[in-house]
Amino acid sequence: MELLVASAIGVMTAAGIYLVLRLRTFPVIIGISLLTYAVNVFLFSAGRLTTNAPAVLRDGVDRYADPLPQALVLTAIVISFGMTAVVVVVALGSWLSCDDDLVDAPDVRPGQPDATATARGESS
Amino acid sequence: MSHWTVVPVLLPGMLAAIIVLAARHQPSLARILSVAGTIGLLALTIALFWRASDGSIDVYLLGDWAAPFGIVLVTDRLSTLMTLLTAALALPVLLYAIGSGWDLRGKHFHALFQFQVMGIMGAFLTGDVFNLFVFFEILLIASYGLMIHAGGGPRLRAGTQYVLYNLLGSTLFLFALGTLYAETGTLNMADLAQRVAAIDAGSSAGIRVAAVLLLLVFAVKAAVLPLHFWLPASYSEAPAPVAALFAIMTKVGAYCIIRIYTLIFPPDLAVTQGLFDTWLLPAALLSLAVGMIGVLGAGRIDRLVAFAAIGSMGMLMTALAIFTPQGIAAALYYAMHSTLATAVLFLLVDAVQVGRGRAGTDLQAGSPVSGGPLTAGMFFLAAIAMCGLPPLSGFIGKLLVLDAARGSDLAVISWAVILLTSLVAIVGFARAGSQVFWKSHQIAAKQADAFETEADEANISDGAPNPGPLMAVSIGMLLAMIVALTIFAGPVTTTVERTAAQLFDGEDYIATILGTEGKVIEYHGDDYGDADAATGGADQEEAAE
Repeated sequence: MELLVASAIGVMTAAGIYLVLRLRTFPVIIGISLLTYAVNVFLFSAGRLTTNAPAVLRDGVDRYADPLPQALVLTAIVISFGMTAVVVVVALGSWLSCDDDLVDAPDVRPGQPDATATARGESS
Repeated sequence: MSHWTVVPVLLPGMLAAIIVLAARHQPSLARILSVAGTIGLLALTIALFWRASDGSIDVYLLGDWAAPFGIVLVTDRLSTLMTLLTAALALPVLLYAIGSGWDLRGKHFHALFQFQVMGIMGAFLTGDVFNLFVFFEILLIASYGLMIHAGGGPRLRAGTQYVLYNLLGSTLFLFALGTLYAETGTLNMADLAQRVAAIDAGSSAGIRVAAVLLLLVFAVKAAVLPLHFWLPASYSEAPAPVAALFAIMTKVGAYCIIRIYTLIFPPDLAVTQGLFDTWLLPAALLSLAVGMIGVLGAGRIDRLVAFAAIGSMGMLMTALAIFTPQGIAAALYYAMHSTLATAVLFLLVDAVQVGRGRAGTDLQAGSPVSGGPLTAGMFFLAAIAMCGLPPLSGFIGKLLVLDAARGSDLAVISWAVILLTSLVAIVGFARAGSQVFWKSHQIAAKQADAFETEADEANISDGAPNPGPLMAVSIGMLLAMIVALTIFAGPVTTTVERTAAQLFDGEDYIATILGTEGKVIEYHGDDYGDADAATGGADQEEAAE
């Protein structure tokens, strides 16, 4: 099980980082989502991996799962969902007003106030 | 347990909600509420600072749960100093936003501003690492909104980068926290300090990873060199008052490094040896160099200030990376100075931009800046402060850093880099100042020769409205704080030295937090009616750990 979880985290992180490096908003957002899934699973496993163990105190049970990472993951999931929504909206706004979905900024030189137009020319 | 500790977090949070709900459509009401709240916050942080100035540590247990299980807020010298700095910065920045009309160019400026202040306050006050992450997210999500406030293509693009980069930073933060929790089983700072100290050097691999990951996260926030890419574009595209408020956000990173690496991973800890002299100090010196070279190379005045912010963070980090009480004291003094100097420069860039019409922020001669002598004079003062020329506080801060660096192994390199970059910064600012303020007048004179004088006069007054009185007042307030920091350098230095001494004596902090009485987790077994549930519950608690 450890191997499965560890490799899942590793593969998701690797894929996420690859997608983030694509520098176009859609792959980057998918990459960020993958990274947040990876980190959520990682946080979950930070309290040791157990199966069939309750997290809440109960009679007749002597093996427990650590409840704290589950609370942490819950918070992390909520925050990462919210942040992903924010980044989608901001990226959409950026795409609509700049006419391209590049993440990296064009060169800004003095005397060229309309930097987005040059970027448009280069990217198309 | 004083309830005042939690008010700096609650007050802006409640106020932001009230502004969103009640004052959404009444800008003047939102302005009044926001300013009143910020003034109240300033008074409150002064009181808290005064309260902590005798060296006492106050702990606030949220929900009255005892420390390692519940979340705690802590006021000691360091956190009250930083909250005071935040409130002292927030007030003039808010006044500038109102005076320049920035707050009406988009919706919800005041609510986002208050949320941002809430997040910063919380990050400074919390005594729990995961809660630190949560407050980071609060201040970041507010900063996303503020960053793209008033919209526009370049700003949205820079905003996308900023959001994405910070999301990556947050992911890294969670990885660091997961590693830390897996190694120690706790996330309370005081408890962490005890448990990390108990780890023997043989099984230190995981905790080393956690320490390095955390340092990386805070270096992202503090814009230390290899991780500084997000700063120039974001800060130069952000609205001026927002960029000025962001001046404190890089200091949140510095604060976290100071807090975590004096308390949890102190410099004499065996498992994290070499983190500072091998990694952080060269990175800090490099970001100092790159920042100041960027000042020299910047093509736009807002970029110039953004690079100056990177440079000043490099200086702060250099003092920090020495990691002696003297170094931390110098870093704290420089943090106060650089927050104020960066903020005032960002506000002045906006004032210049307003005054220049079409030339905007380009670093070339254009129409003269109106409000001319006043704006130029204030820019001159702020540039002096930022470069570290006498007589302003930058000079004193730099002297303190140089003095602290004297004993370290890399003293020669540190001195050389600090002094050379100061020279580069002076050249860069002198060039910018002469382009923007002096050459513009020459061009105006030439134009006056070539064209009709009246037409030129009309052109100047047309594109160059004077900065409003409230704008001048708010910039003046920040400059007055810099001057006060210079005049009262003696008492301030004593205060930061005491702060550093308290930080290096972590026993008191740990004992106070873990010793504060509160509710503890007890298992009574009432629901099950089991006779010896109490003892069983205790066993189960141990098993759960």
